[in-house]
Amino acid sequence: MPDTPGGAPASISRDELAHLADLARIDLSDAELDHLAPQLSVILESVASITGVAGDDVPPTSHALPLTNVFREDVVRPGLTAEEALSGAPAVEQQRFRVPRILGDEQ
Amino acid sequence: MSAPETRTAAELADALASGDLTSVALTQAHLDRIADVDGAVHAFLQVDAEGALRDAAAADERRGSGQPASALDGVPIAVKDVLATRGLPTTCGSRILEGWVPPYDATVVARLRAAGLPILGKTNMDEFAMGSSTEHSAYGPTHNPWDLTRIPGGSGGGSAAAVAAYEAPLAIGTDTGGSIRQPGAVTGTVGVKPTYGGVSRYGLIALANSLDQAGPVTRTVLDAAMLHEVIGGHDPLDSTSIDAPLPGLVDAARRGADGDLTGVRIGVVTELGGEGYQAGVLARFRESVELMTRAGAEVVEVSCPHFVHALATYYLILPAEASSNLARFDAMRYGLRVTPDGSPSAEDVMRVTREAGFGDEVKRRIILGTYALSSGYYDAYYGQAQKVRTLIARDFDAAFERADVLVSPTAPTTAFKLGEKVDDPLAMYLNDLATIPANLSGVPGISVPSGLADEDGLPAGVQILAPATADDRVYRVGAALESLLAQQWGGRLLDQAPALEGAR
Repeated sequence: MPDTPGGAPASISRDELAHLADLARIDLSDAELDHLAPQLSVILESVASITGVAGDDVPPTSHALPLTNVFREDVVRPGLTAEEALSGAPAVEQQRFRVPRILGDEQ
Repeated sequence: MSAPETRTAAELADALASGDLTSVALTQAHLDRIADVDGAVHAFLQVDAEGALRDAAAADERRGSGQPASALDGVPIAVKDVLATRGLPTTCGSRILEGWVPPYDATVVARLRAAGLPILGKTNMDEFAMGSSTEHSAYGPTHNPWDLTRIPGGSGGGSAAAVAAYEAPLAIGTDTGGSIRQPGAVTGTVGVKPTYGGVSRYGLIALANSLDQAGPVTRTVLDAAMLHEVIGGHDPLDSTSIDAPLPGLVDAARRGADGDLTGVRIGVVTELGGEGYQAGVLARFRESVELMTRAGAEVVEVSCPHFVHALATYYLILPAEASSNLARFDAMRYGLRVTPDGSPSAEDVMRVTREAGFGDEVKRRIILGTYALSSGYYDAYYGQAQKVRTLIARDFDAAFERADVLVSPTAPTTAFKLGEKVDDPLAMYLNDLATIPANLSGVPGISVPSGLADEDGLPAGVQILAPATADDRVYRVGAALESLLAQQWGGRLLDQAPALEGAR
């Protein structure tokens, strides 16, 4: 795997892509893995050009505006009703979101 | 073409105020136009004729009793499908939200309703606002009204095409890397990205929180200023909203319309206008600068050396934020759920649903973002991008010490053919070359039509950028340029667009 000046690899293999897709909770098909891996490598190679542009003396900017925490009075206000909050849910039971099983067999 | 839908929003507001026109008639005229041409343009994903006419009737009633809710009360509008609209489907151009009906309004939408603007419908967009051509919509592409075989820009191609095709006098877009300004440039319309935090992001389905900004898409600079004043201003529901009054935008646009730029220092950015720019786009840009000089502006060359890294910086920050934002589409609380055979776990359902519900570009960016944020690579990619962002902001600071506004072509080329770049993500990303620095730094920008490129006879745009919170400057200079160009053309650029009648 070729390295960038910053020390990070500048390409993604098919196996790495499968691992990343797993982390991102997306089931990619074989055809997609074949198609996406080279595309991502090209993109990565291109964006890797910024490694080394800014030195340690440059502070990072996460946001265009300086952010401050925003508080409001702790007053009860109308919000969504349970029915409204559940209105877009794929499955509902007893005024709750119905979800598939969360724990695996071994748990 | 019948009269009402060809007029500007400001003219329509006057006609409504004087009683020459009713909102119901005006709204119906636009609905008729949509019925006539949208089969060919496909600017809309949803048309809400019933809701729009109901709101129009209410607007007429308010006028009748002498109590219009705002200057634009009764003027219809189209809204990009990235904004939540209570009772009206909102899909973000994605299958994963197909049929979702939000139980609440985005603040921008709530303000449009409070100001009395009937909402005609929701406009097409690249899925989750990822793209520069509106070809990444899960519901099919939008076509450029100037040439139906070409892209209308992206991601807000639907909003720009609706305004260019006279289907709506006004529209709302969102701009994360240029998605209001670039479609504006390639469709001959005016697009504004306000200062980051100047228009609420509450109810805007986030692509990249630190970059997204909603703004106006219109046919004139004055119309954009009027719409900006309706949607802008502090919103306690958005923690990134600027808690300060908006400068007088409509006043600035009216002042600029006299075409006088005496004393205004205009900075031409060296890095935004060289290699990769189409000759005809550059020619129109240089003419615009020349016109502004003759109108009294002082032109200076400014260099922003780190802008060459803006595209790479953006394509690390955006996917990183997007991968995190789009984690909410997990098939549990709303949207699509695909259940595989057997006894699947929540995680299995999530994987299969996200595979089925997201398109290629969304998957590409989620995975790139997951990579950029992953342990071991974070410092080299995301951390480094945040530092380069600082350098780009410093370039802007230095440039704005020498110039009141900065100018460049909005997009490097005119509209390309549908399908031409869809399999080449890097080539697609290059379209946002000139617009991205403003998003990284939060400064406001406008795209004003600059004329037709000689090579292909298609529209190009000039971008005008100002320091953060000085949105009034982009309106003043934008209106001046618009007025100088209109004198030259003997009308608006859109008047030169080919007719679309009976396209359906």
